[in-house]
Amino acid sequence: MDALGALLLAAGLSGYVVAAAAGLLTARRGAIAVTLSFGLGAMAAASVGAAAMVSLLTHSAGNDATLQLLPTMIPSLRFSIRLDPLGAFFAVIVSLVALALSIYSVGYARHYVGRKNVGILGAFFNLLLLATTLVFLADNVFFFLLAWEIMALSAYCLVSFEHEVDEARSAGVLYFVMSHIGTGCLILGFFLLSQAAGAYNFASFHALGEKMAAGPRNAAFLLFLAGFGIKAGIVPVHVWLPAAHPVAPSNVSALMSGVLIKTGIYGLARVLFDFMGTPPNWWGVTVLALGTVSAVLGVLYALMEHDLKRLLAYHSVENIGIILMGLGASLMFLHTGHKALAALALAAGLYHTINHAVFKALLFLGAGAVLQSTGTRNMEEMGGLIRRLPRTAFFFLVGAVAISALPPLNGFVSEWLTYQALLRGFDATPSLFRLMFPLAGAMLALTGALAAACFVKAFGITFLAQPRSEAAARAHEVGPAMLIGQGILAGACVLLGLFPVAFLTLLDPVIAQLAGHPLAAELSLAGGLVLSSGAAGPGTVSTLGILMTGVALLSLPLAWRLVHARREQTRTGPTWDCGLAGLTPRMEYTATGFSKPIRMIFKALFRPHREVQREYDFSPYFAKTLRFESHTEEIFQTRIYRPLHGFVLRFSRRLRALQAGSLQAYLMYVFAMLLGLLLFAL
Amino acid sequence: MIALALQTLLLLGLSPLVTGAIRLGKARLQNRRGPPLWQPYADLAKFLRKDMVVSEHASWIFSVAPYIVFVTALLAGLMVPMVSVAAPLSLFGGALALVGLLALGRFFLALGGLDPASAFGGMGSSREMTIAAIAEPAMMLAIFTVALAAGSTDLTRIVQTTLEPAWGLANPMHVLAFAALFIVLLAETGRIPIDNPATHLELTMIHEAMLLEYSGRQLALMEWGASIKQLVLMTLLVNIFFPAGIATEITPTALGAGLLAYAAKLLLLSTAIVLVETTNAKLRLFRVPDLLSIAFAVALLALFSTFLFP
Repeated sequence: MDALGALLLAAGLSGYVVAAAAGLLTARRGAIAVTLSFGLGAMAAASVGAAAMVSLLTHSAGNDATLQLLPTMIPSLRFSIRLDPLGAFFAVIVSLVALALSIYSVGYARHYVGRKNVGILGAFFNLLLLATTLVFLADNVFFFLLAWEIMALSAYCLVSFEHEVDEARSAGVLYFVMSHIGTGCLILGFFLLSQAAGAYNFASFHALGEKMAAGPRNAAFLLFLAGFGIKAGIVPVHVWLPAAHPVAPSNVSALMSGVLIKTGIYGLARVLFDFMGTPPNWWGVTVLALGTVSAVLGVLYALMEHDLKRLLAYHSVENIGIILMGLGASLMFLHTGHKALAALALAAGLYHTINHAVFKALLFLGAGAVLQSTGTRNMEEMGGLIRRLPRTAFFFLVGAVAISALPPLNGFVSEWLTYQALLRGFDATPSLFRLMFPLAGAMLALTGALAAACFVKAFGITFLAQPRSEAAARAHEVGPAMLIGQGILAGACVLLGLFPVAFLTLLDPVIAQLAGHPLAAELSLAGGLVLSSGAAGPGTVSTLGILMTGVALLSLPLAWRLVHARREQTRTGPTWDCGLAGLTPRMEYTATGFSKPIRMIFKALFRPHREVQREYDFSPYFAKTLRFESHTEEIFQTRIYRPLHGFVLRFSRRLRALQAGSLQAYLMYVFAMLLGLLLFAL
Repeated sequence: MIALALQTLLLLGLSPLVTGAIRLGKARLQNRRGPPLWQPYADLAKFLRKDMVVSEHASWIFSVAPYIVFVTALLAGLMVPMVSVAAPLSLFGGALALVGLLALGRFFLALGGLDPASAFGGMGSSREMTIAAIAEPAMMLAIFTVALAAGSTDLTRIVQTTLEPAWGLANPMHVLAFAALFIVLLAETGRIPIDNPATHLELTMIHEAMLLEYSGRQLALMEWGASIKQLVLMTLLVNIFFPAGIATEITPTALGAGLLAYAAKLLLLSTAIVLVETTNAKLRLFRVPDLLSIAFAVALLALFSTFLFP
């Protein structure tokens, strides 16, 4: 990296610090704090993003830029960062999303002014961005863990920002506990690695797994899978995610769902591909299976939600699953030595990583705009918002089409690559494990179709038809800053969808670093306008070509419309109401009603409960009052976490007997411990 | 370019005929005279000339949806080999893009159903998306099975593979994958036993419920789009599994023979659909998943049979 890049990076990183400090210093003057801290944050993000982009574009193998941030007195702790392709790629993701989020926040955080301390919000937001960027760039175990903890703690503070709400407090605690269990696993995992390497910097961990004994190596795999898996939100350790993401302010939800959970993906990619060497088969099998289960369960639970932000949070579980399907398949190919295929599957996973970051952040920003203008997250109280918030509705629609993996947007391209990798895996895998690939492909199809159903519901119930409440009828469009933030991300969805080959060329150093096989040249056809899935020509797709042909075909009905328009009269009339005196919003289909068929089909999973109470005056056909209650069960909560929670509470109550408050007893414990240790030493 | 224009014309021209043929065949089997074969053309011409009445609650989504449904069906059709083995848009996408494009059309169709604030439209959208979701794994597994044999998701390559003489018609994988896709075809085109295209009873409608508020030009595009989608899926089935007669070179005689063979194959498949529709009753909505899981199981067996009979 040249001097310009280093300068941009240093400026960006210190920019976050300045932005955080500016927020704190001007906290008394709310509006100024908002503009200053988020405005400076946006500049810092642009700066870091530019530096990471430059390093990704000009990267030459074995020539990673390293940078010492601060001097240190503590042995083994080095505040050193290294811009290798993998780190730079994730830094690009965080910076792109952070840029859009910071601009959005300039408008969004205004509605907290006067009610809450927005200086604190700005400060922790920028601290979180800084820590997340450092997680991706850190080159030292201790520095990494430090950044990891700052990230977790500032995220905790942001989740509990609206701490006067019960839900936010309990979600914050759940996040805090789960996050620290994860960190514990990571510390143990890194302990195993640094023991084998005899050093603490990441550069010395490269391909370390080859030198490790099978026992510690597998233990390290499981520890990292658990530690990074909790952060990423893999089923069954996802429970904190749908609790914590919705209660945070919407700009923070977007950051957490878009970028923060990607630190788990980054960690897995870093450890499994960079550090661990050629993986045994069962690693890939485990990751692929976990990914498939997460994808299907995530989208199924999302369908049951009528809280817009919880729905989006569950979709993060789904998309993390899809990313892991790519990574898992890639590990299986590395095991069998198919480097080209491993590169393809990894590219699919990493492509989906940036795609999910972009469209999930976009959708959360849309949800934030809706929340701000209606005051509710409950979809059953929305409706008709496309007339009140036309631009937000359009951006949300772009995000919905992208996340449903529909052509020509970006979600389609990365899932297409995933399908191709799975398809080719069948012939490449000699063992019976090959059956996993078509099955995972079928489950990916199920996931995609259910996601489309879920977003027809999310968009249709929220934005279409008649408003279901006073608040929805009186909602108004959000300000320009919030629209620009959404517009940047919507534009990214379109570009990533239409120009996949250009993006894969950018990604190529990462693929070459992790899978040892550059890919972009193989996948580019017709000068980069057509995406192929490999040299053997197993499949081609061109979203741009589809779009242009589609526009050309559109001329047929549009020409007819032009010819006919002169004679035609379009009238506006009421919707058919079966002869009643007009439709009311209460007659519309609800979000709960929309997902009822799915709830019934998968009732073994959801265990729906429903209670109906009627009161009559004279005839059972004319009820006077009716009370209807319906809810589904989250089996991970009720079957695993609640019993576990109870057990921990009971166990600690028992242990309380030890803590009697008597000094003599404590001295005796110390003595017994000492004696025990001495005996052990003998 | 010429191939593209010709295939577009064929899709536009032939799709109402297939719809009409199935309707007529059903009527004859039920001892009715039935509408004439070209009734769908007359309907489309009438709708195209009529004025429109648009619901007061509907937004721009409602007006855009028919165009998207129509164009995505056409685009999907251009990726399937019809008369000639070379599909015009083969380079731009294969089986996966086809599934994606049909899903895009369905997405906007369902939004168009929700937009006018009618409960019927919402019910149709909800059911359409549910049935599509549970049909999708079976469809993808069956496509995967044939794509594995061809080593490609490109439909031209798949048809070229199944044209080879080594590809036996009685291969169990072949039969099972066909059976799975046939069930999916019934679900995707809204046929009995999943949906009844002739019903006007609001509570049982699926596809028709979403179209209730459409009229005039927009209704024509929706109906035409549905016909094209049906033709595309039928073409997929006949040309993948019975490619015999398809033109492998671009000469007038080969194309003429290909067109005849294609028409004959479509007639046979239409007859099969007519027989299924006439001899079965519509299933209860919550029995439909059972049928589609049978399709999934059959597709899974097709996959397994590639081990037993390689």
